[in-house]
Amino acid sequence: MTLEELHQLAEKERGRQQAFTNRVLVCSSTGCIACNSGMTRDGFITAIKEHDLENEIEVVGTGCMGLCALGPLALIEGDGRLYRNVDGSVASAIVARHIVGGEVVDDNMLDTDDPFFASQMKIVLEHCGRIDPGRIEEYIAVGGYSALAKAITEMKPEEVIEEIRKSGLRGRGGAGYPTGLKWDVSRKAPGDQKYVICNGDEGDPGAYMDRNVLESDPHRVLEGMAIAAYAVGANQGYIYTRAEYPLAIERLKVAIKQAEKHGLLGNRIFESHFNFRIDMRIGAGAFVCGEETALLRSIKGRRGRPRPRPPYPSENGLFGAPTVINNVETLANIAPIIDRSGAWFAGIGTPNSTGTKIFALTGKIEHTGLIEVPMGIPLREIIFDIGGGTPDGTEFKAVQTGGPSGGCVPKEHLDLPVDYESLKAVGSMMGSGGMIVMDSDSEMVDVAKFFMEFCVEESCGKCIPCRVGTRHLHLLLEKITRGEATADDVALLEELCIMVKETSLCGLGQSAPNPVLSTLRFFREEYDELLKPVLGYEPSKPEADPS
Amino acid sequence: MPILTFAMNGHQVSGHDDETLLQIARQHGIHIPTLCHLDGLSDIGACRLCLVEIEGQDKLVAACVTKPQEGMSVHTDTERLQRYRRTIVELLASEGNHQCAVCVVNEHCQLQDLAYAVELQYVRFPYLYPKRTLDATHKDFVMDRNRCVLCSRCIRVCHEVEGAHTWDTAGRSFHCTIMADMDQPWGTAASCTSCGKCVWVCPTGALFEKGQTVAEMEKHRDFLKYIVTARRTGEWIAEEEEGE
Amino acid sequence: MKPRVASVWLSGCSGCHMSFLDLDERLIELADMAELVYSPFVDIKHFPRDVDVALVEGAVSNVENEEMAHIIRRNSKFVLSFGDCATTGNISAMRNQFSAGEIVRRSYVELADDASVLPLEPTSIAQLMPSAVPLHAIIKVDAFLHGCPPSPDQIWFALSELMAGRIPDLPTAYLKYG
Repeated sequence: MTLEELHQLAEKERGRQQAFTNRVLVCSSTGCIACNSGMTRDGFITAIKEHDLENEIEVVGTGCMGLCALGPLALIEGDGRLYRNVDGSVASAIVARHIVGGEVVDDNMLDTDDPFFASQMKIVLEHCGRIDPGRIEEYIAVGGYSALAKAITEMKPEEVIEEIRKSGLRGRGGAGYPTGLKWDVSRKAPGDQKYVICNGDEGDPGAYMDRNVLESDPHRVLEGMAIAAYAVGANQGYIYTRAEYPLAIERLKVAIKQAEKHGLLGNRIFESHFNFRIDMRIGAGAFVCGEETALLRSIKGRRGRPRPRPPYPSENGLFGAPTVINNVETLANIAPIIDRSGAWFAGIGTPNSTGTKIFALTGKIEHTGLIEVPMGIPLREIIFDIGGGTPDGTEFKAVQTGGPSGGCVPKEHLDLPVDYESLKAVGSMMGSGGMIVMDSDSEMVDVAKFFMEFCVEESCGKCIPCRVGTRHLHLLLEKITRGEATADDVALLEELCIMVKETSLCGLGQSAPNPVLSTLRFFREEYDELLKPVLGYEPSKPEADPS
Repeated sequence: MPILTFAMNGHQVSGHDDETLLQIARQHGIHIPTLCHLDGLSDIGACRLCLVEIEGQDKLVAACVTKPQEGMSVHTDTERLQRYRRTIVELLASEGNHQCAVCVVNEHCQLQDLAYAVELQYVRFPYLYPKRTLDATHKDFVMDRNRCVLCSRCIRVCHEVEGAHTWDTAGRSFHCTIMADMDQPWGTAASCTSCGKCVWVCPTGALFEKGQTVAEMEKHRDFLKYIVTARRTGEWIAEEEEGE
Repeated sequence: MKPRVASVWLSGCSGCHMSFLDLDERLIELADMAELVYSPFVDIKHFPRDVDVALVEGAVSNVENEEMAHIIRRNSKFVLSFGDCATTGNISAMRNQFSAGEIVRRSYVELADDASVLPLEPTSIAQLMPSAVPLHAIIKVDAFLHGCPPSPDQIWFALSELMAGRIPDLPTAYLKYG
């Protein structure tokens, strides 16, 4: 494919879409499929047939529209009206009254001026819920693959890295390592063979950002990988994702095939000397395989167990070759940066945390769903404006960020700006983007116990502090919640937390105690309330002592 | 090969840039406790006993897998490290079913040695008493998983030195066990050459020879250095047998 | 007044007490220094008050042991875990991989020579705890004598230090499991 042909393809697809008078977009991501959006789609198709509008109205299954709590969602593209809880009968009502009759169906209409929609800023998710992830043409029609074309035809690899460096983009998997720097190390590392890996092994409870990006806009990730490969000099890429994400896997497979068919992956991309292939690798669902050295072993078909770093994968990674490993969301940020410049991206967010971040809002919150906000936005705005606050009658207590590796942020820190450093300063972390909201009904010791149980099960068992230490942490937390523990047990809990954190081999163990440490820091009184007094020993009473 | 000079516990030491902190420490008579490490096998940094502090660096590093840097200052025996090492041994003691009094390697056990080295008076955590299996199907040897500390020496010696790869890990977390071939009885594992190397490198009584009883078995691990040296340099360093 | 010493036999094999007897002629010296107020060696039915030093052999394995542990703690100034069973659970805790029911059935039915019957309820044997635990899991312990059994020298060192009014700093030489 040439640049010319790409433009022609985009033009052709836009023409095809404009031939319809209107398009109905139905969310076909996992969340909405789970509430039967397949029926919604069929409902629209049947109703449109009944009104003989097949040639005028197109029904499109798209990716995620964000407000998962109110699914299935459907968008009428013509006037931008968004409907919630659209089942088959609502679908036929919408066709009859809105599309044919020209009046909105009030009962199910969502106010798109609501802060949930209005306060978001979509870069990664800009096409999610707007295009059919199963058709490369739709992605190309919205400007897809033009960043790859620009990088290959107009930029030197060094310039691509420089642009990413200028953007200030940091890894979205949680740790926040500067992406440009990572690429630079791999580019400069000696070796003819290099690899680019997309880490889609999202496993935190309550997190589904990556899944939705892969399901809703797979080509965006492929394009980001191709640009990364061009920049570092790789010719082979792998997408590592979990078997628990069947829809994402399916859509990625289709996307890779389409991209290959159009010459956007494979040999001589855009008639250059750049060749790049992408293969899928499916994990068996071990959380630790999201740790990059474990992921590398898993790709090779071996047990997913971390190894000590250094050497870092960017110098010595897959099969010993320099390997760039980036998270899904990180890679989905690449194309817009190349398209619109690093300076543009750096202007969003805060000086040290640029761009936007996707969060999965879950727990005790009105608007469960997926949101994208500029970095630096106060937590309060995310939870109360966008998230709609806690359900009626309860009071916000804390929000857990970073999942089992992160910590909770209590209400006194609600004005905290969401960026890598601020969250770290209060003992939590950005993490990959899960946000679990707790209200006044939530018991914080239970929360800590829940996450610890997760870490116990997910410990790979290689190093002793994580394998046995997390087990004892969990037993201590159980003892506390049973009401059998004393202050001595809490002291031991705290000591063991710090020991496991400082001595574990990989990030899983090093961060596993965070939920406990963080709840101890902000909600120690909830621990104390559960304790029983240390036994004071009085000598036996004389009657018990006849001797 | 550049020689680097740096400080260890306040003393100037020197070593090659491809040596580990553990090797250099030992050359200078500085003892760092280890468990998963064994001279002649690859290092995996798993037991965390050899963690050391490096001045100016927050993270503790495993001496067995860390290379020196010119001018660095390493501490191998701080109060914090001592405390962590004791906790690691406590965790190990609580994890398995270790009854020294009836163990075949009692008094010759590296887990016991560690308990003495860290002066472990008692274990603060509840003993877990996992249900583990004993495999006596091999004609010469027994694998008693109750005593296994999952150091993976047996796996590495079988893979790296013997080349059979009979052993591997199954399961994760506290369900981890050492398995033979496709998790089958050892006696039926076709890949096993019955060389016994795993038995000799095992730090505890998890692997032992049949016919030995309590406190009888002493493990000699010197053989590894002959094999490994011979393989690397082509030279057999064992002394001649005294014979007729 | 001479220090009042007690020794107690919980769930263990009495091997630690045998090792105690192996103090041999030092027992005479000990008798001069201390008063033995309670022990399997002497015929006193109830654990007395105002004990200065209590040596406790064996793991805490049944409800009777547990109650006894508390009585010891209430009435003793200094409690020593006496041997590996009290310190780690050791042999007494090998049953912990099985349920208490399985253990009782194994002992009283499967391995019975004749008259294989389960102990009646309310039991003629003290009810087993779900698992046998070291003494410090139940009460605060002040010092630990290791070994299966502890050596007479170690016992002598600890006792003579205590009788002299010093807390024994049990040297590393005496730290020996098994």
